[in-house]
Amino acid sequence: MSRTGKDHKQLDGFQRMLLLLVICMVMLLGYIIWSTPGNKPVLTDAVAQMQEQSGVESPVTAVLLNFRGYDTLLEVMVLLLAVIGTWSLTEAFFPEQVSEISPVQMGVVRLLAPVMCLVAAYLVWQGSHLAGGAFQGGAIFGAAGVLMLVTELPGLRTIPVPPLRLGLVLGPLLFTGIALFCLFITGDLLGYPEGAGGWLILLIETGCAVSIGLTLASLFAGGRPDNEFQGKNSPVSRTVSGDRS
Amino acid sequence: MSYFIFTIFDIVLVLSMVWIAWHLLGTEDIFKAVVLFISFGLLMALAWVRMRAPDVALAEAALGAGLTGPLFLSALRRMNRTRKGERRLDSDETR
Repeated sequence: MSRTGKDHKQLDGFQRMLLLLVICMVMLLGYIIWSTPGNKPVLTDAVAQMQEQSGVESPVTAVLLNFRGYDTLLEVMVLLLAVIGTWSLTEAFFPEQVSEISPVQMGVVRLLAPVMCLVAAYLVWQGSHLAGGAFQGGAIFGAAGVLMLVTELPGLRTIPVPPLRLGLVLGPLLFTGIALFCLFITGDLLGYPEGAGGWLILLIETGCAVSIGLTLASLFAGGRPDNEFQGKNSPVSRTVSGDRS
Repeated sequence: MSYFIFTIFDIVLVLSMVWIAWHLLGTEDIFKAVVLFISFGLLMALAWVRMRAPDVALAEAALGAGLTGPLFLSALRRMNRTRKGERRLDSDETR
């Protein structure tokens, strides 16, 4: 509290201007929120009318992957770009000295990781008619990867890189491929052919979920896999004490 | 639009979210800020559920709380390792 008091005294002109701007922003936002007609569905009706054609029952999935599929395509690309950026910066850190994983932790991972993968697959499947979808499923899948990374399973270090890369680009490639396919078939980018929308969306979602999961886990690992260098003589100094976990 | 009907739960939820956000921004300890951020994400997921947006709630719980938090923690660990050397790293990990 005393610190805030001190800061308050030191408020210079620039900060005062910022404060004024923030207050204006809050007031503007408040005005917008209060003046928005709450109970008037604008796009809900339009979506509900077109729901039949989209091939899925969930309106959210219909918007995300059919009506506004282009946005989702770009989002998936952004995630891929994030991984490319991280991989080009540094390589993943694994402690040199592999410590013994405690049995309790190992048991938790053994129990949770498969269940998480199952839940992820279920969420992707559920996305066609209820809440769920590629991003949610992919996030759970990625969390399973994070769990294994935190446990520092020794197998993760020697994970083969080509399948990992393939998994990372699977979603974007599938999405782009289907988009181009639709361009040739129907003349519209991502304009799914009549009746094929349902399973095309499911195919895209499955691929994207895999890619998103791997993306998030790779981001957590924080760099490219280093077994291209056989895990030896890496420039990063690895002198972490062995008593982790 | 029933989310304008504030129940007691909503009021408590909103108040605690504001309180957590305030402390999150005000704290000097980055580790504490990360932990507060994770709890904020969980409460935010609850808020999305209250606003009848289960899709967003799922994504928020999984991404906001489940993945961004650990991502921040690992970034914090890396930051400490490069900035202060290994001694600081050890003290952080035992914390």
